[in-house]
Amino acid sequence: MTNHWTDIKNADVILIMGGNAAEAHPCGFKWVTEAKAKNKARLVVVDPRFTRSAALADLYAPIRTGTDIAFLGGVINYLITNDKVHMDYIKSYTDMSFLVKEEFAFADGFFTGYDADKRKYDKASWEYQMGADGYVRTDPSLQDPHCVWNLMKAHFSRYTPDVVEQICGTPKAKFLQVAELLASTHTPDRVMTILYALGWTQHSVGSQIIRTAAMMQLLLGNIGRAGGGVNALRGHSNIQGLTDLGLLSNLLPGYMTLPGEKETDYDQYIAKRAPKPMRPGQMSYWQNYGKFHVSLMKAWYGAAATKDNNWAFDYLPKLDKTYDVLQVFELMHQGKMNGYVAQGFNPLNSFPNKAKVGAALSKLKFLVIIDPLATETSEFWQNYGEFNDVDPARIQTTVFRLPSTCFAEEDGAIINSGRWLQWHWKGAEPPGEAKGDPEIMAGIFLRLREMYKKDGGAFPDPILNLTWPYKVPHEPSSEELAKEYNGKTFADQLDPKDPTKVIRKAGELLDSFAQLKDDGSTASGCWIFTGAWTEKGNMMARRDNADPYQNGQTLGWAFAWPANRRILYNRAAADPSGKPWDPKRKQVWWDGTQGKWVGSDVPDFKVDSAPEDGMSPFIMNPEGVARFFARGMMNEGPFPEHYEPFETPIGVNPMHPNNPKATSNPAARVFKGDMEAFGKAKEFPYAATTYRLTEHFHYWTKHVESNAIIQPEQFVEIGEALAAEKGIKAGDKVKVSSNRGYIKAVAVVTKRIQPLKVDGKTVHHVGIPLHWGFKGVAKNGFITNTLTPFVGDGNTQTPEFKSFLVNVEKA
Amino acid sequence: MALQSLDIAKRSATTTEPPHARKTIEVAKLIDVSKCIGCKACQVACMQWNDLRDEVGSCGGTYANPTDMTDQSWTVMRYAEVESEERGLEWLIRKDGCMHCEDPGCLKACPAPGAIIKYANGIVDFHQENCIGCGYCVTGCPFNVPRISKKDSKAYKCTLCSDRVAVGLEPACVKVCPTGSISFGSKEDMKELAEERVAELQERGFKNAGLYDPAGVGGTHVMYVLNHADKPSLYSGLPNDPTIAPTVSLWKGFTKPLAMAGIAAAALGGLFHYVMKGPNEVSKEVEAEVEKELEAEK
Repeated sequence: MTNHWTDIKNADVILIMGGNAAEAHPCGFKWVTEAKAKNKARLVVVDPRFTRSAALADLYAPIRTGTDIAFLGGVINYLITNDKVHMDYIKSYTDMSFLVKEEFAFADGFFTGYDADKRKYDKASWEYQMGADGYVRTDPSLQDPHCVWNLMKAHFSRYTPDVVEQICGTPKAKFLQVAELLASTHTPDRVMTILYALGWTQHSVGSQIIRTAAMMQLLLGNIGRAGGGVNALRGHSNIQGLTDLGLLSNLLPGYMTLPGEKETDYDQYIAKRAPKPMRPGQMSYWQNYGKFHVSLMKAWYGAAATKDNNWAFDYLPKLDKTYDVLQVFELMHQGKMNGYVAQGFNPLNSFPNKAKVGAALSKLKFLVIIDPLATETSEFWQNYGEFNDVDPARIQTTVFRLPSTCFAEEDGAIINSGRWLQWHWKGAEPPGEAKGDPEIMAGIFLRLREMYKKDGGAFPDPILNLTWPYKVPHEPSSEELAKEYNGKTFADQLDPKDPTKVIRKAGELLDSFAQLKDDGSTASGCWIFTGAWTEKGNMMARRDNADPYQNGQTLGWAFAWPANRRILYNRAAADPSGKPWDPKRKQVWWDGTQGKWVGSDVPDFKVDSAPEDGMSPFIMNPEGVARFFARGMMNEGPFPEHYEPFETPIGVNPMHPNNPKATSNPAARVFKGDMEAFGKAKEFPYAATTYRLTEHFHYWTKHVESNAIIQPEQFVEIGEALAAEKGIKAGDKVKVSSNRGYIKAVAVVTKRIQPLKVDGKTVHHVGIPLHWGFKGVAKNGFITNTLTPFVGDGNTQTPEFKSFLVNVEKA
Repeated sequence: MALQSLDIAKRSATTTEPPHARKTIEVAKLIDVSKCIGCKACQVACMQWNDLRDEVGSCGGTYANPTDMTDQSWTVMRYAEVESEERGLEWLIRKDGCMHCEDPGCLKACPAPGAIIKYANGIVDFHQENCIGCGYCVTGCPFNVPRISKKDSKAYKCTLCSDRVAVGLEPACVKVCPTGSISFGSKEDMKELAEERVAELQERGFKNAGLYDPAGVGGTHVMYVLNHADKPSLYSGLPNDPTIAPTVSLWKGFTKPLAMAGIAAAALGGLFHYVMKGPNEVSKEVEAEVEKELEAEK
């Protein structure tokens, strides 16, 4: 979240789209009911189904799954053509006046540089025009046809309300009602928040959907403001922590990145990630990358990381490609992997195309499961009749099951969607032989290290030299790990204003990442967490809910990264002269008498840079401003474009009917064999989508009696029209099949799913909750991901769980 | 028992004057359907606080589960898909359970001394140790709430967490409700809160928003804020104008003392029979008594 849960109460308009907060985030949803009750906020829900969130909405609009870019693109076009943009905001805080290379173009569904054979773009033309002074050329008069504003206007002008209706199936009148309500927040005194979740990420164009939303919020001037923002409601407890700590294959902690295989030169590696400002007077905060990186390497390798060995740069793996889950299971399926460790992870249920995942696991020599529960993955080799019809005699994989603790059985911090690190204390001792994850991993590591010590190896240094300073080596404590992430100084730090004064003694914990150095004198395991555990104690354990400005920022409650800041980009809550856009909603503003930025939040800015200095609020971008034009940072183009899901019910992209190669995301990665496994609308005519229910959490709570009682049995939701067509009554068993397999479930027949008119055809949706499997105390059921396609988002590779094709029959 | 935490205001089939030296505030639970997302956290809290576990059942083709109240499920969510010209589709979700009537039909109907209690704070509670399982409370309830257990043939329903309220805690369902849809406090405060909520809903375009505190049962200690207070039945058959059945009113008002004698006779006379055959025999006798009296009225 750019903002945070409590802040939702400050909104005037709340858009829930690509998510179902009432269903999947009921506790956070209370801030929606609060905004409605106390702030007269209006709630808008856009979803293929009339959801639990829609039940409380002021306005609901149906949409075909996977067409959100067309819808939001339509809103962008509406805002521009009806002059409902916050012009003062975008003029100062976005790249609208920046000039783009003249050769950049978009035609027939492709941006310049497309290579159809490689399914990849050469992104050379997706860049700014650079001036002789080394800065981007701009045209503040917005006359130049190559300025971002004009390119963007032209790009989205194609998304008319009629096109929205044609692609999304949203009735034009409904769409216009939504657009009008969202547009009402373009004035400085009104703010809109967006709550989205996996309903946006789990598409082959997921990242671009979210970008479209961000662009819309920029146009409305809703970024950086209380009650505004683009807010990802995370799907797992602490999944925010997972990305923060860099557990994705290409990441290092704190959103730093691993070098690629060609990046063998340390200085070039750093320079590429520490861009110089692209406009005069801008901060480009990532220029500090080296300090964060060196401090990380010092935290990991201590004395073994020296200036002479480039801070152990050679210890880092150099990636040939990303090893996201789809890639890993593809390799496993090809028989190229021997072993796999599934820690707190149930891939048989969680990944698309269960048949492929099961076949892949069968090719392993060993599989280690670290989990509090007996997962389906740990018994993928066991025959459970129709639910898991395998022959154990033909599977040779050895499975080790290591029981671990669950969150309530350990101390530690969980990071919520709003970036709060909240410390919690164990509520119970773990049962039986269960051990904490750090203890399990320490056990494995210490034995591996012994083996490397004894037997050597091709390159044992990164293992042998890993810092392991824990009091009980086989059981690192949460406190020790938290302090390690926070970071410390190895040398006395002197006051920059008075070098005779020591402000931090050697060995002390640091207060802020501003104190990190690239000379090896500091260590921090995750720079964005610095300040979470200081010499003053555990900041994550703070529970002061004092809220002096009555806007829910509560700076004394836990710790929010970065720097205890609650709302990102909050400099943009004030106008260019430093005054709040809305005097009633004071967040962060320039106090001329004190000569600094002050307010209810920690300023996201150089605190003493006066408005006259002209520094812009988006300090993490080298431009200083927010980007409508994504340059080369997205794989399918600098502007979002509607592409159909890989399994499309209409078989054509109405934006580019004559270019079949632009039907679905042209830059999404598709493995050999998976393209063939996609179904066609002729055999599988219905648009399917998968999702969670309030009563369950993912595949865990079917192991819990209370949850099993309140939602005991697998079901699918179909609309009354489709049910009538197929002779299906509520409570009947139905068989739902895709080109990859089938499931059987009880039919819930509902008015809440209406057929949509799309591109002249009627499209029915089938809703498929995902919680069931063959382990646990709820009624056994089929694994929903038997049905889903093995393809991911073009940037993140998040699988397309939300849009695919099925057929439905009475079972 | 000496004075309990909660004073008893009424006791089934009892003529002894209740105590009233102490001053008790009337309480109420307010369920605001316009904030309810039907998440069933209240169902789980109820199960866990009261040590109840229903069967792991089946999906009956709707979101509702368990599909009805039972001796193990004292509250369930009910989901109604309602379409209208004016508002299009609405998904009206209502938490169902005992309404804790000011004038409780169950208590009036109950022939077993002390099986149903109304506390001075308004909570209506079943004391199963005194319950004879006759099922009269079921007949007497205008909301179809009490359920007779198949295990012990006794009647069960929501206690409004009388044990928690007695020690100054809110009912379990109130504590866990994630959206603030359920509130608990003095009935006066809850009516005030309801007024605020109704005003907010009216501002939002629900012209007929209002409080459900039906007069036909003397008002209730569980009240609803409804977006469509003019049509309570839209909410999965919430009675538009609940009243106590005439048979029950009569039974209480006129016939009960007579029938009580009948019960006493039957109980004494048929003690052995009662122990061996179970309690329902008694109810038949009582029923016959009432019917006779009704006949006589006519």
